[in-house]
Amino acid sequence: MAYSSGRMLLSQSDGPVSRFRAWVFIVVPLLAILFQVYVPLFFPVLSFLEMPLLVVVYLSLTQRSQVGGLFTGALIGLAQDSLSKNPLGMFGICKTLVGYFAASVGVHFNVDNTVIRLFLSFLFYFFHQTLYWVMQRMLLAQQPPFDYQSWLLFGALNAVVGVFLFHFLDKLRAAA
Amino acid sequence: MESFVNRYRNLTILLLVIFAQFLLLAVQVKNDQDVRIIRVWTVTAVTPFARVVELLRGGSVGFFRNYILLRDEDAENRRLRDQVGHLKLENIFLKNELNTAERAKALGVFQARIPSKTLAATVIGAGAGSNAKVVYVDAGSTRGVERGMAVVTPDGIVGKVIAAYPTASEILLATDADFAAGVVSQDGAVRGTLKGQGTPLLKVDYVPIQEKVQVGQWFYTSGDDRIFPRGFPVGVVRSVRDAQPFKEILLDPAGLQHGLEDVLIVTQGVHQDIPPTPVADQPVYIAPPPPDESKPASPAAAGAPPPITEADKLRLEYQAAGEAQGHKFGSGESGPPNFSGIGTTLPQKPAPAAAAPPAVPAAAVPAAASPMPATGATTKTTDVTRHSNQANGEPTGSTKR
Repeated sequence: MAYSSGRMLLSQSDGPVSRFRAWVFIVVPLLAILFQVYVPLFFPVLSFLEMPLLVVVYLSLTQRSQVGGLFTGALIGLAQDSLSKNPLGMFGICKTLVGYFAASVGVHFNVDNTVIRLFLSFLFYFFHQTLYWVMQRMLLAQQPPFDYQSWLLFGALNAVVGVFLFHFLDKLRAAA
Repeated sequence: MESFVNRYRNLTILLLVIFAQFLLLAVQVKNDQDVRIIRVWTVTAVTPFARVVELLRGGSVGFFRNYILLRDEDAENRRLRDQVGHLKLENIFLKNELNTAERAKALGVFQARIPSKTLAATVIGAGAGSNAKVVYVDAGSTRGVERGMAVVTPDGIVGKVIAAYPTASEILLATDADFAAGVVSQDGAVRGTLKGQGTPLLKVDYVPIQEKVQVGQWFYTSGDDRIFPRGFPVGVVRSVRDAQPFKEILLDPAGLQHGLEDVLIVTQGVHQDIPPTPVADQPVYIAPPPPDESKPASPAAAGAPPPITEADKLRLEYQAAGEAQGHKFGSGESGPPNFSGIGTTLPQKPAPAAAAPPAVPAAAVPAAASPMPATGATTKTTDVTRHSNQANGEPTGSTKR
């Protein structure tokens, strides 16, 4: 890594900003969406994985730009909505907020730390699921169950997968 | 504004992006009534503003109409007030017309019921003097009114004509101090002279203190004054007090109790009988008495009214005695007949029997609220009784005129 992983808290001016090649912002979200679409068809066990969300969290945390994070989340969320049966905007709104808050966190914390990544992945997954549940009730007039136990479990699994995913994506940085 | 946007640029962009996606959602999603949420939101967002705008518009228009353009409302109020005033006057006029029509109808009925010829007149004025009980009526000498004629109403006597002008007549009311008339009690036992006192009550003068007069007793015109025909009601006794040398009897004038608007001037008087009993307001059916089978029917008395009371029997005896002596009752041409033998033979003399009296329901008699007697000539029983008392030397109710 090009910067110290020992600093847990840093300002935007102090910390280095990760730079990715342009194709990374296209290919990685696209692959994540394709994974989310096709993998559960063949491996239903992996349906708990929220790969687009993990990608949004990673890109937003490493970009440290709130505007970039919210646009990243909005685009990935709308793309995910386009391939789902949900109305356009459901995942878009949720991931927009996740990207914005993830970028806000990345500004103040050293997100290269594994523990922080694990915690943030878990936290944003739970936040994403909760927000989606609220929007289902408020906007779609649906009555989905508030299955927080499953969310906690899947959030933990996604956090573990996210740690490895983030580690893989770190290798795609421009500095590398 | 620009600095605010720059300071919160990220947050602003976030809100815009979220808002845009909300709009996107609202365009797609429909509610349970199959209405798109974007339409629901739009209506919900616009309606309060429209309501406020309409409230402001309505309030402004109402304020303008109710507080600015008050000139028309004031004119309308004035017009309505004038209309209400006219309607009130019209209502009063119609009520007066109705009362007049009712009075005219009552006078017409009364005119047709009494034998005297009368002339209807309306009071058009009162006397100028404060103490003079005088009124003017709209009938004068051109319609046949003459000085000295009696003036009555269905309730009783009113006064007499003291001056007849071509188009009006002056009437002296019975309450005037100069008024006087002959009266007789209802039972015919008490005669007196009616005098006005200048007060609402009338006075019957020259009644000896030994005469029995009761409160509530009716007095009628006696006809002795040659002004009022006999039988018109005068009034009811209000109070009786013994004084020297005569009783002091005060009457409530019957003809002046309910105001004075329409009167009848008696142009040609005919004497009438005084009703034997006061006429009640409500007619009462009186069943006929049971037939007296112990007394045989007398052919001589057939067709005559059956004697019912001892007074009737006594009256018939006196009448028969007078006719036997050739006396003509009521003419005054000859002296009184000799009734000296009647009193001693009365207990032994059987009363003339008659057939069973017919049923005469009182309801068949024309109802009259006033104590006016019904038309019909019968024998003057009260005079006969009085004269018989005089012949026997008993205290009578005869009065001096």
